[in-house]
Amino acid sequence: MPAPLLTLRGLGKSYGSVRANHAIDLEVAEGSIHAILGENGAGKSTLMKLIYGVESPDAGEILWRGAPLRVTSPAEARRAGIGMVFQHFSLFETLTVVENISLVVPGAKADLAGRIRTLGQTFGLDVDPQAYVHALSVGERQRVEIIRCLMTDPRLLILDEPTSVLPPQSVERLFQTLQRLKEGGVSILFISHKLDEVRAICDRATILRAGTVVDNVDPRGHDAHALARMMIGHAMPEMAHARSLTPGEVLLQVDRLNHRPDDPFAMALADMSFDVRAGEVLGLAGVSGNGQAELTRLISGEWTLPRADAGRVQMMGRPVGDRGAADRRELGFAFVPEERLGRGAVPDMSLADNSLLTAHRLGLVRKGLIDRTREAAFTRRCIEDFDVRTPGPEAEAGALSGGNLQKFIVGRELMLGPRLLFVAQPTWGVDIGAATAIRRRLVELRNQGCAILVISEEIEELFEICDRVMVIREGRLSPSLRIAETDVQEVGRYMVGTRGDAGEGDGAARA
Amino acid sequence: MTPMPFRLRLIRRDGASRRAALLAPLAALLAAGLVNFLLYIAMGKDPAAVFYAMLVEPFVSWSSFSEVLLKMTPLLLIAEGLAVGFRAKVINIGAEGQFILGAIFAASIPVWFPQATGGWIWPLMLLLGGMGGALWATVPAFWRVRLNASEILVTLMMSLIAAQLLNYLLVGPWKDPMGFNFPQSVMFQNDAILPTLIPGTRVNVALILAFVWAGLIYLYMQKSFQGYQLLVGGLAPHATAYAGFSEGRAVWLSLLIGGFAAGLAGAAEVAGPLGQLQRSVSSGYGYTAIIVAYLGGLHPIGIIFSSLLIAALNIGGDNAMVSADLPKAAVEVFQGSLLVFYLAAITLVRFRIRWRPPQEVRA
Amino acid sequence: MSGLAFIIAGMLAAATPFLLAALGELVAERSGVLNLGIEGMMAFGAVVAFIIVHRQGGHVAGFLLAGVAGMALALVFAWLALSLRANQVAAGLAIAILGDGLSALFGKTYESTTVTGLPKIALPGLADLPVVGGLFRQDPIVWLTLLATLGIWYALRFTKLGLVIRAVGENPGAARAIGYPVLAIRYGAVAFGGLMAGFAGAYASTVYTPLWAEGMIAGRGWIALALVVFATWMTGRVFFGAVLFGAVSLAGLAAQASGVSLNSQFLASLPYIVTIVVLGIISSNKRLLKINGVASLGEPFGP
Repeated sequence: MPAPLLTLRGLGKSYGSVRANHAIDLEVAEGSIHAILGENGAGKSTLMKLIYGVESPDAGEILWRGAPLRVTSPAEARRAGIGMVFQHFSLFETLTVVENISLVVPGAKADLAGRIRTLGQTFGLDVDPQAYVHALSVGERQRVEIIRCLMTDPRLLILDEPTSVLPPQSVERLFQTLQRLKEGGVSILFISHKLDEVRAICDRATILRAGTVVDNVDPRGHDAHALARMMIGHAMPEMAHARSLTPGEVLLQVDRLNHRPDDPFAMALADMSFDVRAGEVLGLAGVSGNGQAELTRLISGEWTLPRADAGRVQMMGRPVGDRGAADRRELGFAFVPEERLGRGAVPDMSLADNSLLTAHRLGLVRKGLIDRTREAAFTRRCIEDFDVRTPGPEAEAGALSGGNLQKFIVGRELMLGPRLLFVAQPTWGVDIGAATAIRRRLVELRNQGCAILVISEEIEELFEICDRVMVIREGRLSPSLRIAETDVQEVGRYMVGTRGDAGEGDGAARA
Repeated sequence: MTPMPFRLRLIRRDGASRRAALLAPLAALLAAGLVNFLLYIAMGKDPAAVFYAMLVEPFVSWSSFSEVLLKMTPLLLIAEGLAVGFRAKVINIGAEGQFILGAIFAASIPVWFPQATGGWIWPLMLLLGGMGGALWATVPAFWRVRLNASEILVTLMMSLIAAQLLNYLLVGPWKDPMGFNFPQSVMFQNDAILPTLIPGTRVNVALILAFVWAGLIYLYMQKSFQGYQLLVGGLAPHATAYAGFSEGRAVWLSLLIGGFAAGLAGAAEVAGPLGQLQRSVSSGYGYTAIIVAYLGGLHPIGIIFSSLLIAALNIGGDNAMVSADLPKAAVEVFQGSLLVFYLAAITLVRFRIRWRPPQEVRA
Repeated sequence: MSGLAFIIAGMLAAATPFLLAALGELVAERSGVLNLGIEGMMAFGAVVAFIIVHRQGGHVAGFLLAGVAGMALALVFAWLALSLRANQVAAGLAIAILGDGLSALFGKTYESTTVTGLPKIALPGLADLPVVGGLFRQDPIVWLTLLATLGIWYALRFTKLGLVIRAVGENPGAARAIGYPVLAIRYGAVAFGGLMAGFAGAYASTVYTPLWAEGMIAGRGWIALALVVFATWMTGRVFFGAVLFGAVSLAGLAAQASGVSLNSQFLASLPYIVTIVVLGIISSNKRLLKINGVASLGEPFGP
């Protein structure tokens, strides 16, 4: 039997004390479409960086057609015959398609344009070489990335979460392209967490969890439920129990929110409506890039609406759409953003000074002057109550680890005693212990009657702490689902749009 | 593509290095001194004589030192005001123009009311001067907040316009009819001159004003919540939106404070050593103050020291002109190179320098 | 000669210092670097060229050495801003002050001396046209500058180098990811900016007004900076903006020639006022800036 195209044996990579990958064994056969399945944080992207030469492995080896392969740069990987299409495209928006490609592929522009058209026709990747990238839809941009890879004549093409940014029709087209590539002798490594798609198109699947391989299977031989169980696993720490509550008054109301951003490259929001009541947690699920960033800023007050639309966002029964973040906090709102450094905290300032960012109204500022004693006392209390590992209030925020900084920011916001709390990606990049602690706090807060809105890309997290969940897709919202009455698959289907309601149509809400 | 070889690389520090921040101005002074030393040799000047004249002479005699204090006053005033803005990333390089407008506003009283007397005249002149400078700064503030235009360019343009305005007044409506047709205003009456602070010298009460101003700025930046908001704006613009701090207000405050300070200094200049409105009111204080501000680490206390240093350098430059035949422009070169070396030295505040392999390519 | 004819004849020459400096800064900014030191680089170039020409070295040597002088200051700036990750604004200001100081220092002994400029070259036939004829009679540097404008436009638009520069300016992270040496490219772009600023200064002091006076650059370097913003970083618009400013700067003399008497200080302020107004108009169009602007402008790249 011929050697597999790509073999990984015992591959491992650590960043400091974090083991991103260890003991990875897998084989990709010639002319196959092979999936790497796993939830966020399972180690998929690190693995791809190792294969593509962006990083070097700490352990194990890579074999190419049976012979050992050492790649120390993407250019070398390309020379060996490996191509990669990243999830976040490295395209230049102010340049045309052919200009983008000519940056990586040698040759006269006229010839390149011709080859682009030919490849496009052969593999169903039609795109106009003279078009500017900023004018292309996401699906078209992906085609440019794939064509750019194909021009270096790869034997193995790695696609990182290729369908996470595509609407359904484009997914179909992509699959046709992949089939044709496979028939043309190119193997595909397809990284994803979308179970239905993997089952639809892949010959084999390697399931990653917590940085290592759980199993190598034929995805068509298992149903989606079984695959999901292998992906998510059952190792979950003890959670606080959300006691059954009748939700109280509406504390956050978003009413037919429409928004066209200034930035031509951002997502427009269409007709968003939802509410959150006291004593309940509403989760917003969805793959990033579907309008979460824009919605987040409109709710937090970082972006404001014109006065006429002030009523589109209401907090504690008052219209706040045209008010800034400070005014919203006055009403009892608190917000933990997904970016910690630079947004939730100032990296070059001490933790004490960072407390002032939102907690200044708790008596830390009197008559316009900062009360340093109270500022330090507040910070110390925050550090103790929320178990922030740091030398003290004078430590610079930028020196804290991601998890500890998140604990500090969550602590600071909770210490504001909010009636309405909004948290975006609460436990992204946070270790399991801290993540559990944060989630427990959120449930406790809910039990005390706070209204909580959570945006998270981790479905399991939402299932842990939410009472209801909605899905954002292409700037629109799905209907509200009660957690007790739904499951991961259904939410997942809303995320990809096979359920119909959420964001139907190709880019209908695009700016 | 071949991998990059081992080289000196910058590695980010965990926290800002206090030690580097304090040593940087000294290191810069040494380096600038050395380079300019070589320059003077190349120009055929006697470097020892130059250095004695520039760095020693200003401190040896009382009359010399009093001139240093006199020169320090406007620099301290303006730099403290500018630093507030610089820390908020509002870059006002038009202090020269705001200085001129302050001088003009202040001069309006003795020019229009040459017979007026009273102890209220010079304080009013100072106040008007500050307001004039602040007024001149409202254009760039408005342009930035409402029209999204860079205050760097607008403040500079306003400076150039201010120079023309001064010119116009001095050859036209405000020209001293008894002044032999020179472009200058009437000499100010006694009450329109600042009282002398140190008898026997030209040092006037503006020096006290400058230190009081420095103290106020210190309190404002270190203790007040508003000052804190300005700092956040300069360090992390997204955090200001997150916290709900107003960016527009930060821009207005920064420019008005800087403009006021420069205008005040301008008023002190015409009501002080000059005693009349002349073309030479614009002698580069506004630009020199930028260097003073950066060299002082944008810190209210640091600026006191840097303004003293630069003032000494300026007086020293005057001395060197006489005793070592060095053109006054050498001082400007020295100052420019000081800032260059200072900026190089403070790299070490945020980074370490190490011998390292290539950084891994981000994909 | 009527005022209009006067302006038409002179505006290209008046535009040349603006144009040369702005073209250089355009390239630097397209690669993502904001160099505020133009005024200083121009001043330094001006004095170097003047000294060379005054000492009978000839204009060619004068221009070349002025270019080198500008480039030297630009490289100091690049070292601070790119290699040492210093604050680009402060570094640019430092260079502006340093260059201005060096210019005043070396020019001291040449105060108010003059040199011979360059003879104008006339395009046959066209130069004899009424009113607009003066447009076709310009010194060689003007003709070269026009060629340079075309060359830079073509290079940025159609060559691989231009493409790479634009890519680096838009997204240095992606450029590095696909294998391009971002810092080296930016060093080159900044050096080119210094070269052109040096040329601009040389033209101002040895051809346009061939005499030496302290502060003769008079803010033209700053206006060049503004020009790049007005032009929303497009070569063609830089050209038109420079010509517009050339025309505006001649307005005072033209007014006198036509017998219109306007306050001379107001006329001298006209370029600055126009700059402020146009800056306001262009900058307030946020969408335009977002689409045409250089995404990574002024941001340090690295750790």
